[in-house]
Amino acid sequence: MTDTAQGSPAPTTLPLAARSDFVDRLRSGSEYVVIPLIAVAISAVLFSMFLLVLGKDPVEFFSLLWRGGFGTAFSWQNSLLRAAPLILTALCVALPARAGLVIIGGEGALVLGGLFAAMIALPLKNALPPVVLMPLMAIMAMAAGGFWIGLVGIMRHARGVNETIASLLMSYIAIAIMNFLVEGPLRDPASANKPSTGPIGEGNMVTAIPGTDVHWGLAAGIILAVILWIVIDRTTYGFALRVTGGNARAAKAQGLPVGTLMVSCCAIAGACAGLAGYFEVAAIHGKANASLIAGYGFTGILVAFLARHNPIVIVPVAILFGGIAAAGGLIQRRMGLPDASVLLFQSLIFVVLLISETLYGRLRIFQPRTEAERT
Amino acid sequence: MSENAALLTVLFAMIGGAIRVSTPFIFVSLGECLTEKSGRINLGLEGTLVFGAMAAYAISFLSGSPWLGVFVAGCCGALLGAVHGWVCKLPRVNDVAIGIALMTFGLGLAFFFGKPYIQPAAPRLPSIPLADWTGNASLATALKVNPLFFVGIALAVFLSWAFRNTRTGLILRTTGDSAAAARAMGVSVDRVRLLATTAGGFLAGVGGSFLSLYYPGSWSEGLSSGQGLMAVALVIFARWDPMRCLFASMMFGAAGAIGPALQSIGITQGYYFFNAAPYVVTLFIMIASSSTKGALASAPGELAVTR
Amino acid sequence: MSFKEMDRRTLLKSAAAGIVGVGAAGLPLRAFAAAPTIGIVYVGPRDDFGWNQAHAVAAKALKSVPGVKVVEEENVPETVAVQKSMESMINLDGANLIFATSFGYFDPHMLEMAKKYPKVEFRHAAGLWTKDKHPGNAGSYYGYLNQGHYVNGVAAGVVSKTGKLGFIAAKPIPTVLLNINSFLLGARKSNPKATVQVIFTGDWSLPVREAEAANALADAGCDVITCHVDSPKVVIETAERRGLLTAGHNASQAPLAPKGFITGAEYKWETIYKDFAALIAKGEKLPNYVRGGIDKDYIANTAYGAGASEAARKAADAATADLKANKPYVVGPLKDNKGNEVVPAGKSIDNYDVALEQTSYLVEGVVGSIT
Repeated sequence: MTDTAQGSPAPTTLPLAARSDFVDRLRSGSEYVVIPLIAVAISAVLFSMFLLVLGKDPVEFFSLLWRGGFGTAFSWQNSLLRAAPLILTALCVALPARAGLVIIGGEGALVLGGLFAAMIALPLKNALPPVVLMPLMAIMAMAAGGFWIGLVGIMRHARGVNETIASLLMSYIAIAIMNFLVEGPLRDPASANKPSTGPIGEGNMVTAIPGTDVHWGLAAGIILAVILWIVIDRTTYGFALRVTGGNARAAKAQGLPVGTLMVSCCAIAGACAGLAGYFEVAAIHGKANASLIAGYGFTGILVAFLARHNPIVIVPVAILFGGIAAAGGLIQRRMGLPDASVLLFQSLIFVVLLISETLYGRLRIFQPRTEAERT
Repeated sequence: MSENAALLTVLFAMIGGAIRVSTPFIFVSLGECLTEKSGRINLGLEGTLVFGAMAAYAISFLSGSPWLGVFVAGCCGALLGAVHGWVCKLPRVNDVAIGIALMTFGLGLAFFFGKPYIQPAAPRLPSIPLADWTGNASLATALKVNPLFFVGIALAVFLSWAFRNTRTGLILRTTGDSAAAARAMGVSVDRVRLLATTAGGFLAGVGGSFLSLYYPGSWSEGLSSGQGLMAVALVIFARWDPMRCLFASMMFGAAGAIGPALQSIGITQGYYFFNAAPYVVTLFIMIASSSTKGALASAPGELAVTR
Repeated sequence: MSFKEMDRRTLLKSAAAGIVGVGAAGLPLRAFAAAPTIGIVYVGPRDDFGWNQAHAVAAKALKSVPGVKVVEEENVPETVAVQKSMESMINLDGANLIFATSFGYFDPHMLEMAKKYPKVEFRHAAGLWTKDKHPGNAGSYYGYLNQGHYVNGVAAGVVSKTGKLGFIAAKPIPTVLLNINSFLLGARKSNPKATVQVIFTGDWSLPVREAEAANALADAGCDVITCHVDSPKVVIETAERRGLLTAGHNASQAPLAPKGFITGAEYKWETIYKDFAALIAKGEKLPNYVRGGIDKDYIANTAYGAGASEAARKAADAATADLKANKPYVVGPLKDNKGNEVVPAGKSIDNYDVALEQTSYLVEGVVGSIT
């Protein structure tokens, strides 16, 4: 995935007068807005045809989609709340991808992160004030997630174990560990029909961003996305990572510490997913239980690939996902369509969006003008 | 129950599990192996598997012929594979990403159209009783085998032979190892990959039909729960060798039987870990058998994972 | 249509408020004093031939009440998604009564919403609503399916030749443990030496592992199989193929096992929903805590299949009659399968005692452990 994973370098512009340089930039820059929009429109047309065949009204579908996902202040918050964990789990995929590693085990890191956040809180919730305990929980969650995916990096580096399959297997193992602990040694007898750990305590819960319903996990995700974007694009570490991703052998030959790079970026990635687990526990559930296995890790893979592993792009893509999920409920309720129809529409958008990538750099209108055009 | 009898129960269960559970893994992993040998990854076979399972069940229910269901499942899988193969030849389109998107698409299709078929019972595929003559009841049931299992084994042997000894196999491998070399041979790289992905999809669809029409033999939305994804991963584990795909699938099936079997003989503590046995076993074998040197030496050179 | 106009208005409003404005203030709620809008949330697909379908079928009783509007949403995970789905029903559909039908919806999700929307009524299937502890606009309803499993056990104990019964369970939660225990207690009533072998699959819907478990139990010598998973179809079919006898769960599985089906424990959610519908039609408040078993027709046993012998039918009928008369069946002396006493001699646990819903042990005679 070398070429697409690198993000898309803008077409080289010719050193010309500043004004026409600006026009050229506008032309090539707008490519990244116009093409996805065209793709979404095409998938909307395709899905409309599907709906017409079923005898459903496409206009109603799309107005509900808009209304349920983004049409009201409530819908926006609904979408953002659903996007919050996806940003973090997508980062868990994107960062290693830049180093040429395909990690698909973010789910496991999330689950362990949430579990460890609760585990550290349980014995200490009466001993430590929230101002100490809350960061401690977040750190534990990140450490647990980082350790888990870091192990995958170590296995890859030390034993040449393929990271894709190893992370998937590790994810299943993490889920088994969580289930065992939550239903066994850590089980709170009061949790009855939803086996859970004891509560982390009201005072240790993460609150909503003032004026909204959305918890701080969203802000954390966006901040981390920006930081990781800077790290990847603007630092030596990021450069080394990208070189490794481009060609690990060449990177080694240049004297880059390939092993350290791989393991560290896996650990950072796992920490992101672990943090998502922390927010699930500390902002939503108030305890760790099987609700942590909600598929955020797997959806994050799709988000990361659609964003072409660019941390900044992950944010809007995750919000799009959140919006579709949020609207899905309204569509089910109003149109009597099964949940699967939203899944179908969602996947149609992805397929067309991914196909539309072939258009980049191929449409004349987005290209820098030729000399002839300029005069 | 005596120690020996208990051990024997687990052993029979594992043999039975290897035969019962492995077939979809065999088909999907062989299909993926074929695709990856041509230099493409189709991560979407989970979606193909589930869509195939639904299609097979629906057709079997509507037509009364399970074998027609198997065939249609294969065709549906081939269609999804062909879409993948065709789309990925466009420049800048990432095969891994398209695979994941098509996985969602396959699941969406299956869930959407599968609603009416969850409740009714469709005609199932027959089985061949191999050990009825022994008179041992549990051995007899363990060795009630569906013909598709044998087709899977034959296919693994055939692919293994064909990759090495036929012109088609050579073309496929060359395409997978170096597109430039294949072009130099006058081969249309895109066409080879399109065909390989289509064929891979066909096999995955057939694998799905086994799930819904033989074991567990019923269509529901939770039918696969990730088996297709795991089977794709097993190809890497099997290092792109069809025979190893076969063994990996059988090992996976056998390990999956450990959890229920141990509980059935009264070893009940820690069942979450027994149930995770297939994953743990696979991981340990991978750690033990991999090495830093030439870790992916057998990987097709054009595969995105190795770059 | 006014709906579309409202759409445009709220749209403009939200554009002005940006993403910061709070939704609760932003939307005009349609007032439904007499004719309520009921929102129902399901954890899985509505037609799963199991838990969710049982609710969805019964919910049709609500739709028949004149003036009542029902909105449904399926496949809602037990995460913040369910909170938002409920909120969306309240804010966008004007729902003023919510039914949450999955165990994990109760705490914290439904309770959070009940606190946030004190004017909306929330009812949960199976949650243990406690007065003083939980909001007054929340509540729970549940049918004692364990009574059906007890009757299953009574019949199974008669027909089993080996005295070994198999139980395939999803997770070791109180309702499941209670069903397993009840099945054993029923079996022991007919055959004091009967044992129940449990296999936990670890999740609610894992068809392959459920089939493997049925095979494993058959290989271990069990000749009657029952289960507590979301969709029992695979278990019943697999057992039937192995030539075993089966007892059902959730809904009727009789057509799936023409040879071996004995009887099954069935929810009669429609009884509860119809009662609710009647109260709604009268404009009355729904009770907060609704419980019932065979006595109230919240639970019933499936009509006997070919697997039930004459003796088994008689024994099961007698057990049903006892339950209808509310005679307790969890009678001391009773030990758990680790040897601890759970009910002393001479005592018994009443059928309506909440202690049953808090079962955290497997009784003596059950082979299996909770972790």
